[in-house]
Amino acid sequence: MDVVQLLRQYIDCKTTLFREGILDDQFTQLQKLADDSSPSFVVEVVSLFFDDSEKLLKNLTQALEQPVVDFKQVADHAHQFKGSSSSIGAQRVKNVCIAFRTYCIEENLDGCLKCLQQVKHEYALVKNKLENLLRLEQQIVAAGGSIPPVE
Amino acid sequence: MARNGVVSRRRRTEGFDSSDLSKSDHAQQAHVLAVDDSLVDRIVIERLLKISCCKVTAVDSGSRALQFLGLDDEKSSVVDSLKVDLIITDYCMPGMSGYELMKKIKESSAFKEIPVVIMSSENVLSRIDRCLEEGAEDFIVKPVKLSDVKRIKNYMIREDRSSGEDRGTNSRKRPRDGCDSLSSSQSLNSPPPSLESKLFNRFYPTVLRPSPSKPPSPLFSLSPLPSSSPLPRSPSPTPSSSPCAPLDSPTRRVKLINSAHVMPS
Repeated sequence: MDVVQLLRQYIDCKTTLFREGILDDQFTQLQKLADDSSPSFVVEVVSLFFDDSEKLLKNLTQALEQPVVDFKQVADHAHQFKGSSSSIGAQRVKNVCIAFRTYCIEENLDGCLKCLQQVKHEYALVKNKLENLLRLEQQIVAAGGSIPPVE
Repeated sequence: MARNGVVSRRRRTEGFDSSDLSKSDHAQQAHVLAVDDSLVDRIVIERLLKISCCKVTAVDSGSRALQFLGLDDEKSSVVDSLKVDLIITDYCMPGMSGYELMKKIKESSAFKEIPVVIMSSENVLSRIDRCLEEGAEDFIVKPVKLSDVKRIKNYMIREDRSSGEDRGTNSRKRPRDGCDSLSSSQSLNSPPPSLESKLFNRFYPTVLRPSPSKPPSPLFSLSPLPSSSPLPRSPSPTPSSSPCAPLDSPTRRVKLINSAHVMPS
């Protein structure tokens, strides 16, 4: 695939991510922090976010499977997930985590379980799209192109 | 991508990197101790600070921060307090909260002068009140942005030293870009801005000011709220609300200001 096609795909992918609210301005802020001395900063942070999120989702699932659910524990995990997704700019994940915490405070198990499903879905979506975006970036650079500057 | 004017990035594009800095440049760089239990947030804040020409030590808990400073129970050798120019800490952390960490720092004779900034993902007025009352220089609502870091650089001790100012007990430096109207007549060695003026400027950065040469920026940063959401944004899940305070207390005045029923004199 040539650079022009890759760039077109990259721009489409990025536009969709922002238009659908999957990512917000914080992601743009992170992209601005990469430079010649730290060109793969975004890839590093995103990878850390993925690792962190897998753990949190596992913890959330386990906590909600307990015979007696510790809602404070669930709320703590949801709070952490909210924090990391907010720092990356994963807006939809963050928004589900906000609702998740409210259900924890209310000790509403059904609500929590619904949020768990929703957050898994939103996380899978942002993971898939971000991996795609970052892969396209690498392909563009490898093909001799350059990424359009961040607005 | 090289659109913002931070010095370090211009230097990098001119072919400099941090190893080209002379020893004296390194010595002049502010050293920030960043405390956050979230790895993602630590990486981000570290990067934000480094891009803003700061040396950074990032730790994952309040107790590690105290260890680093030599304030832990081990009574290890005391780190020279001059080595840390600012402490920035998350509020919500397991074990010791950022608030508790700040209290310990402010209780220490060696470190109480180090400015402390609190970060939190939650915009809770009572929490902000408490932190400012306890001596926090600023309260940043996460996610932290480059503009937040640029602003807090103004609080750093090393800034004072390099400009040769008196570092007495009132060594807090007010933000360079714009002063609040309530303290504009005060000298830099006068008492720091009152809690009322800090909180007033937070919510009404441009109201009731004499027209300055350029619009002052608010002393504190908030992530922009969605337009449909009034302040405060959400009830605090933790029991941190202060009890109903007398009418003329700072907390009460903030509540009145926030509801826009009263303009402070």
